[in-house]
Amino acid sequence: MSTTSTSLPAATPSRTQPKPFRQWVNNNRRALSALMIFVVMLTIFMILSPRVFTNPITYRSIFISLPISLFVVVPLVFIIASGEIDLSFPATAGITSWVFAAAVRDGWDPFTAVIPALLLGILVGVSVGTLVTYVGLSSLVATLGMNFLLRGIINMGTEGIAIQFPQMRELLFWQIFAGRIDNFPWIRGFPIHMLWGLLFVGLGWILFNRHKFGTHVQIVGDNPASAAEMGINVNRVKIRAYIFMGIGATLAGVLSVLVNQNWWPTTGDGLLLPALAAVFVGGTPTWGGIGTVVGSSIGVGIIASIETGIIAAGLTGYVTQFFNGLVIILSLIGQRFNGPRHR
Amino acid sequence: MEQRLVELKEITKSFGNVNALSHVTMHVNKAEIVGLIGDNGAGKSTLIKILSGVHSPDSGELWIRGKCVEGRWTVAKAHTAGIETVHQDRALAVQHTVARNIFMGREITGLFGLIRVKKQYEEAERLMREIGFTSKVFNPDSVVATLSGGERQGVAIARALYFEAELLILDEPTTALSLTETQKVYNFMLAAKEKGSSVLFISHNIFHAYDIADRFVILDRGG
Ligand SMILES: Nc1ncnc2c1ncn2[C@@H]1O[C@H](COP(=O)(O)OP(=O)(O)OP(=O)(O)O)[C@@H](O)[C@H]1O
Ligand SMILES: [Mg+2]
Repeated sequence: MSTTSTSLPAATPSRTQPKPFRQWVNNNRRALSALMIFVVMLTIFMILSPRVFTNPITYRSIFISLPISLFVVVPLVFIIASGEIDLSFPATAGITSWVFAAAVRDGWDPFTAVIPALLLGILVGVSVGTLVTYVGLSSLVATLGMNFLLRGIINMGTEGIAIQFPQMRELLFWQIFAGRIDNFPWIRGFPIHMLWGLLFVGLGWILFNRHKFGTHVQIVGDNPASAAEMGINVNRVKIRAYIFMGIGATLAGVLSVLVNQNWWPTTGDGLLLPALAAVFVGGTPTWGGIGTVVGSSIGVGIIASIETGIIAAGLTGYVTQFFNGLVIILSLIGQRFNGPRHR
Repeated sequence: MEQRLVELKEITKSFGNVNALSHVTMHVNKAEIVGLIGDNGAGKSTLIKILSGVHSPDSGELWIRGKCVEGRWTVAKAHTAGIETVHQDRALAVQHTVARNIFMGREITGLFGLIRVKKQYEEAERLMREIGFTSKVFNPDSVVATLSGGERQGVAIARALYFEAELLILDEPTTALSLTETQKVYNFMLAAKEKGSSVLFISHNIFHAYDIADRFVILDRGG
C-alpha cells in the first residue's frame, strides 16, 4: 500500500540502495559534526599557541578531569532523549561520594565503600523518576528541587567540613581507577581513568544504540503516546533512565574524590553547566527522541579544552566564560544544519 | 452458536467528567469482519483501546476466547493473545526508522537484550516486499518523518500484518489512502478472514465498508 504512483509491484525490490558510506555519514551526522567542531577548535588553538597544543602534557592535564564529566554526560543523553531533563545529578554526585568518602575515612575498604554509594545513587534515581512519572511533576522543577534538597542534606550533615585523603595514592583502588599508566613509554603518565571513561562511553553507546533499553528511551522521548500504544511502559523506561543517571553521578562523584584526593561539601557542583553544555554542543537535541552518546562525549572534550585553550593562548581567565558562551552558541548553530526538527 | 473470539460486556469508561463509554456490549466472532461505526467522539477509539490493552475500563468485563480476563489487561497481553491494532494516530516514532517502528516494543533481541539490528532490517524488508509496500524513495532504514501521510499509514498497517493477528483492529485505516490503496487494505482484511482471523475496523465511509463487513456495530454517543 501507499507506494508512489509510478512504482508498480515489482518482482525485485525497486529501491535504490544508498552507498554504505553515505548512509553511515547520514546516520552519524550529529556525532560527526561534534567531531568537526572539536577539530576546528583545536586547530585554532594550535595556530594561536602551537607550543602548548602540540605538547602531550596539555592533553594529559585535560584528561585528568574530563572523565568525571563523561560519567554524567552519557546518562544525561539518555535522560534528554527520553524527553526529560535532570538538574539534580550534581548533588547526587555530592551525596553519594560523601557516603563513599565517609566510609573510607572510617576504615572501610574502598571496594566495599562503593556499594552503599551506588545503592544511594540508585535510590535517588528511583525517587526522581517516580516524582517525574507517577507523581507527574515537571522534571525541570522536580530535579531542581532535588538538587537543593540533597545539597542541603550534605550541608546540614557536614557543616562545611571536607574529608581529606592524603594517603589515597597508596590504595590499590586508587591505582586501578585513578592511577597513571607507567608501563608504556609513549603514554607514560596518561591518567588511567580516561580509559575507564572511554569504556563507559562505549558501554553507553551499545546501551543507547543496540539495546532494548536505549531504543525504548528514544521511542518514549519521541512520542510517549505511541510508545504506550505499542506496549512500552513509559513510566518504567523513564525511571530506569533516572536510575542510570544516579549510577553515572555516583561514579562521577567517587572518581572526583579519587582524582582530588579530597571530598568537599561542594563536590559535583561544578559539573552542572559544563555537562549540560557538552550534551547539546555534542549534538543531542533538546526536544527528545534522539541523541548521540559519542557526539555528546566529544562535547565534553570541546568544553574541557576551551579553558585550557584560552589560558594557553595568553588570554586571562576572565574571558573564559565569554568564550564558553561563544563556542556553545556557534556549535548549536553548526548542529542546526543536521536535518530539520521533526517534532 | 458461532464461536466468539472476543466479547466486551457492559464496558464503562470516563475521562474525568467526559463519559466516553457507558455500558457497551459487543463481540467479534471467529473469522468475521465487523465494522464499528459512530459519530465523531462516540467512543469508538476508546473502545478499541480497551480491547487492545491501552486503557483499562472503569467497569465491565472482557472475554477472550470464552474466558473472562482477570487482572489488568495490557498491550503486551493483547499482543500475546493475537490482537494487533492500527491506532488512529498510527502510533509511530517519527524520528526513527521504519524498521525500528515495525518492531517498536517487540524488538528482536539476542544475548543480553541486544537488538539484532540486521535481522530486524531483513525482516522489515521482506515484509514490505511481501505486501507490496516498496518504493524507490524509502527502505527499512528510512526515517518515518520523511515519509508521506499515506506511507506512514502503510508502516502502521504493515506492522500489524507482520505479527499475523487473530484479531486485526483497524481504526480508520483508509483515511489518508487513495482509492487503489484503500482497495489493497480491504484485500488484506478479506485475506485475513480467509485465513480464519477476524477484523474489527472503524470507518466513516459506510458505502465502502458495506462491501466487506459481515456485520456492523453502531456506537451512539457512548451507548
Ligand atoms: N485520553 C483521553 N483523555 C480525555 N478524554 C478523552 C481521551 N480519549 C478520548 N477522550 C474523550 O472521549 C470521547 C470519545 O473519544 P473517542 O476518541 O473514543 O471518539 P471516536 O468515536 O473515536 O471519534 P472519532 O471518530 O473522531 O475518532 C471524546 O469526547 C473524547 O474527548
Ligand atoms: Mg477515533
